Amino acid sequence: MNDKNKIIAGLIIFGVIITFPLWYNMGKASPVPEPELTTTAKAAKQCVRETEYMTAEHMQLLDVWRDSVVRYGKRIYVNSSGKEFDMSLSNTCLDCHSNKAEFCDRCHTYASVDPYCWDCHIDNPKEKE
Amino acid sequence: MELSRRKLFKIAGISAIGLNAKPVLSVFADVHGQTRTPDTKKDHDALTAKQWGLVIDTRKLKTSKDVEPLIEACHKIHNVPELKNERHEIKWIWDEPYQHAFPTKENKYLDDRVKNVPFPVLCNHCEDPPCVRVCPTNATFKRDDGIVLMDFHRCIGCRFCMAACPYGSRSFNFRDPRPFIAETNKKFPTRMKGVVEKCNYCAERLAVGQMPACVEASNGALIFGDLEDPNSEVRKVLKKNYTIRRKQGLGTGPSVYYIV
Repeated sequence: MNDKNKIIAGLIIFGVIITFPLWYNMGKASPVPEPELTTTAKAAKQCVRETEYMTAEHMQLLDVWRDSVVRYGKRIYVNSSGKEFDMSLSNTCLDCHSNKAEFCDRCHTYASVDPYCWDCHIDNPKEKE
Repeated sequence: MELSRRKLFKIAGISAIGLNAKPVLSVFADVHGQTRTPDTKKDHDALTAKQWGLVIDTRKLKTSKDVEPLIEACHKIHNVPELKNERHEIKWIWDEPYQHAFPTKENKYLDDRVKNVPFPVLCNHCEDPPCVRVCPTNATFKRDDGIVLMDFHRCIGCRFCMAACPYGSRSFNFRDPRPFIAETNKKFPTRMKGVVEKCNYCAERLAVGQMPACVEASNGALIFGDLEDPNSEVRKVLKKNYTIRRKQGLGTGPSVYYIV
């Protein structure tokens, strides 16, 4: 081991470089965003399903809605308490959650997901009227 | 009190059964209780049929002025863009002269009226649709009510359906359609670039108990109803009038009939 010092120094430099992103960003993690509720959404108290389900599974729910409406022509969703909803992203979801930027986009940006719903579905059913 | 071995086992056994009874009973209680599994259903007013069909009375359509309102009504509510470039054009319903609508029935000498009638043409919602057969993603499918419908979510823009359709009923979005929609109907989605689209027999209107937009705008020139129901209005009209269908010999079974 003639080059003991060089090897150890090299290993230390390598270790520092490889862990650089970890310690450089330590403590700088951006806080988890809170989706903002509109007054109508707050007044309704509960969404189509309970809040935990909606937070975690809203994409699965929308998938069921899409197939039900497009493929089977069934447009009414009856939730566990028997309340009925018209299954429509633009006309039902965004009717309450009319603040897409604060409600949808904030979390999607944080989670780095880019859903293409809005390429076709109109995202501001009320704003431009 | 001294407990015999036999008595102890008896009591222990009964207690074990008692402990198990609670969860069983609560399952039964749940079935009759408040919680129910979420479900989907049709609207109360939804119109249903076995095979929707359309009869177009061309005796009531004299000039293209009579057809324009139908086209406008349809294109407006479905957010169909107006692209001037013919190669990018999107059409759900449009008009064609007799020789283009019925190339297999062309006569050398036609009567003056038929020669000038603008024939409204649209997706025929065939009984055996070739577009459905070729679609690799099942984006186009035939529903139980006979409507050949598109699930735009699933369309990958391969355009096999456009090649398969003998009526040219399908259009492809070569460009993002949004800038070309004069007035957006907020209740209906638009399409995106790279998706095929066509007439949907106003499935979204039938689902809430309304007649298709073109039928409503036609002043009785278009009659819509269930072809499989012998008492429906379309069947009554078909019984009284001689009708023709487009390219019937191909065996697709179009559901749009024309009274000439």
